[in-house]
Amino acid sequence: MEHIVIIGNGIAGVTAARHIRKNSDKRISIVSAETDYFFSRTALMYVYMGHMKFEHTQPYENWFWKKNRIDLVKGYVNTVDHQNKKLILSEGNDINYDKLIIATGSKPNKFGWPGQDLPGVQGLYSKQDLDQLEANAPDNKTCKRAVIVGGGLIGIEMAEMLRSRKIPVTFLVRETSFWNGVLPAGESEMINEHILEHHIDLRLGVNLDEILADQNGKARAVTIKETGEEIACDVVGLTAGVSPNIAFLKESGIELGRGVKVNRHLETNIKDIYAIGDCAEQHESIDQRRPIEAVWYTGRMMGETVAQTICGNKIEYKPGHWFNSAKFLDLEYQTYGWVFSERGMKENEQHFHWRDDKEKICITIAFDKETKQFLGINTFGIRMRHEIFDRWLTEKRDVNHVMEYLKDANFDPEFYKKYEDKIVSTFNSEFGTTISPKKKSWKRIFSNA
Amino acid sequence: MKTIQNIGIAIFLVGLSIFASLPCIGSFNLDQSTFDEMISSQGIKSEIFIEDLKSKLVDKEITGLQALAPLVKDSKEKANAVHSKNKEWDKKIYKNSPELATLIRKKSGYGFIPENKGLMWFLTFGLGIIGALMFIIPQVVTLGKKGIKNDHIYHQSSTNKGWIAWLVFIFLVSFYLILYFKPEYAVNWTYLVDPVSESLSGNPAGHWFVYGFMYCVVMTVMAIRMYIKYRHNMYQMVRTTSVLFFQIVFAFLIPEIMVRLQAGDDWSYKKGYDFKNAFPLDYDFFFNWNLKELIAGGGLGMFILVWGIVLTLVIVPVMVYFFGKRWYCSWVCGCGGLAETLGDPYRQHSSKSLFSWKVERWLIHGVLVFAVVMTGFTLYGFFAETGTVLGIKVQSIMATYSFLIGAIFAGVIGTGFYPIFGNRVWCRFGCPLAAYLGFVQRFKSRFRITTNGGQCISCGNCSTYCEQGIDVRAYAQKGENIVRSSCVGCGVCSAVCPRGVLKLENGPEAGRINPTEVLLGNDVDLMEFVNKK
Repeated sequence: MEHIVIIGNGIAGVTAARHIRKNSDKRISIVSAETDYFFSRTALMYVYMGHMKFEHTQPYENWFWKKNRIDLVKGYVNTVDHQNKKLILSEGNDINYDKLIIATGSKPNKFGWPGQDLPGVQGLYSKQDLDQLEANAPDNKTCKRAVIVGGGLIGIEMAEMLRSRKIPVTFLVRETSFWNGVLPAGESEMINEHILEHHIDLRLGVNLDEILADQNGKARAVTIKETGEEIACDVVGLTAGVSPNIAFLKESGIELGRGVKVNRHLETNIKDIYAIGDCAEQHESIDQRRPIEAVWYTGRMMGETVAQTICGNKIEYKPGHWFNSAKFLDLEYQTYGWVFSERGMKENEQHFHWRDDKEKICITIAFDKETKQFLGINTFGIRMRHEIFDRWLTEKRDVNHVMEYLKDANFDPEFYKKYEDKIVSTFNSEFGTTISPKKKSWKRIFSNA
Repeated sequence: MKTIQNIGIAIFLVGLSIFASLPCIGSFNLDQSTFDEMISSQGIKSEIFIEDLKSKLVDKEITGLQALAPLVKDSKEKANAVHSKNKEWDKKIYKNSPELATLIRKKSGYGFIPENKGLMWFLTFGLGIIGALMFIIPQVVTLGKKGIKNDHIYHQSSTNKGWIAWLVFIFLVSFYLILYFKPEYAVNWTYLVDPVSESLSGNPAGHWFVYGFMYCVVMTVMAIRMYIKYRHNMYQMVRTTSVLFFQIVFAFLIPEIMVRLQAGDDWSYKKGYDFKNAFPLDYDFFFNWNLKELIAGGGLGMFILVWGIVLTLVIVPVMVYFFGKRWYCSWVCGCGGLAETLGDPYRQHSSKSLFSWKVERWLIHGVLVFAVVMTGFTLYGFFAETGTVLGIKVQSIMATYSFLIGAIFAGVIGTGFYPIFGNRVWCRFGCPLAAYLGFVQRFKSRFRITTNGGQCISCGNCSTYCEQGIDVRAYAQKGENIVRSSCVGCGVCSAVCPRGVLKLENGPEAGRINPTEVLLGNDVDLMEFVNKK
């Protein structure tokens, strides 16, 4: 029986395993050094904040793996020996494979800051990171202040976590406004305000210079490059992005860039070795996506795809329209299609931005200057229906159509205040149109279902 | 703020301690005239019983925990043995002894508590309410900006099955045991609410009035907590208001006022009725005695009889078709109302294992079958005018159901176990009405929880906070809508979702159940290829 070995028990590897099991009787093993069972990395923050216990982050009960004949191997892979088709684990034992899927995910970036490996300095990615944070910052007596370096999604999550234990947080962000490499200015500004509302000491446009140690060799302070200011702290969170976790493959002969290089079939340069998820790097980017996408759902989609190929239905990885979501403290964010920040904006791209005058709610719609084709939407504080926007993007609808039928796309819970009328009237006055929004229609919403 | 909250807790605990100590204290002394009055009002004709009980009780001092029911029971058995032997059937005593004991205490209490009802109310209910509100209202500030605030639920003893949770468990279970099985110890509590009861129905309070009043008070106080916690979520605000309204108006006020309106006039139906309590949750609706009372109850009695039948057979299923069973279970029902207010801090304790789901399906459908079969027996017995059907005494089936399901399951376990097994133990594992509504919701309804395409990140907040123990994430992470018979539509999965994935909605039936394997956002050909299988 063909033996499929998957390195990594994250969403990509586990999805691949599940789909291979659905479609075949092959022997499946998953190797991981992180945890015994698959858990949802995105939920680690909720464990620290006390919303959940760690076991709640595990989407499958423990009997699931045996019942589905998926062998779980706890171990760290030191070497991939593709000539002999075997893995050598750090304990010295081997695992033979017929096909290998590399799904080792990411690790937090470190940019050579002095002191970056001191005790008290950590990222937030793995279960081990969570355990470490619990040890480093159990309360605001042990950790009198934390400094977070890097203004991205993990940085703001880490700030929220620490604030839940009333630990003072200084948040160092390189950009002049939070996440403005990704978000348009209006949205980025709204998040700045929200961060301050949560009593987080947000420092914009600053870089970390170095991390200083105390006499025991533990982090005690950071200094800021621009001002030279020294900020005393007990914990330093490094959250300046992630990069593929592939150091163990350096000598393997597998072609590496920043990640494991793969073609559209998710195959590496070596036969019978595939890479999926955060650690995979496309030779050429697909659509306007980045060659490496460290996003939860792309890991899952690559798992769904590679399973087909391994089970004899060879298909390309073809992600559909871009979408994503996140939560910044209390603000929910969703995006469908492409809305670029001022920095990344395409030449033909034009924005319509609306922000409510009371609530922290706003949207930005991107469309083509000439053709008016709808390109994408960002929403904060309003939930939108994925299916509707996916359909509009496929149908290449223009922005007026989106405005007219915006109520169909609303996905907020029942009885929530609706903002479509305000949004459309602002749009009308800005662009001289006379669109009147259509009432929500179940018929249209479910016409493709 | 913290100080106000701590003082609040202290005041609350004082009120609670006084309340909890009441069953153990107080003095009772039954004088001859009260005794005679009671005997005649109860229509007791047995001289043996009267003499025996008189020698034990009249002008004797009884205090606190001293039990009366066994004395009454002893006299009753003695008397009934003689009367049975002599075939003096009209003298036999059928009243149950805990109830007689309760009545005796109620009539014979004296001293500080019955003489200072208002003050005692303040020292128990009053302090409890003030203390609780002092703890709850500062949360407007302490919880911070509006949004989901579940911080530290798994760090706190009270909400993580720690010692506080076990104390609450012991308190609640003891409270229900007294209420159902030792009502004589609840007599001191009834004095506290006598003025309220008299102003509503004109009668002094019984222990069920204490329960009803307390139910409304607890729900109101905890609803304030809900309003603060979910102030960003209109669905929760509206829903909380709805359950509170139906509890206070339909379950509490209307039945009491009905009693008052009917007192003394020529209306022959003398009871209160909870117009929203549908059979088979209202399991004694078709009991022999109830049917007789309704039929003899003139226009109102007949209206209630017809209403009760139409409610169960037409209104309930039609509403479930349009809105899902949530319209009843988390918008109207009293059990649901308590679960959604007092029980909200414990919702995370419902087990999500597959094993629990199996147990759930056997138990809840078992109770439904039990209720239906029992009703079949009682109806047959009613129309055939017999007390024995298929060689089984109908009375004993009714008694078994009332004891096991009505008292132990719905009361003691259903609410007492909140801090340990979560707030919907009864609704999930036991309620026969929920089982019936569940069938309609699963097979013929427009209600579903829609999963928003491919946005799920499997974080598990939805499953963790589902009070009905549904593994919501298992569906959401496959892009599949949640259509489950047990879902009561509380809306909390949607509220706690950090990515806007879940929405409760009533839409067309077509495509409501949509099993998927590959989610929206991946290659369309692959989605079609995999999902059509």
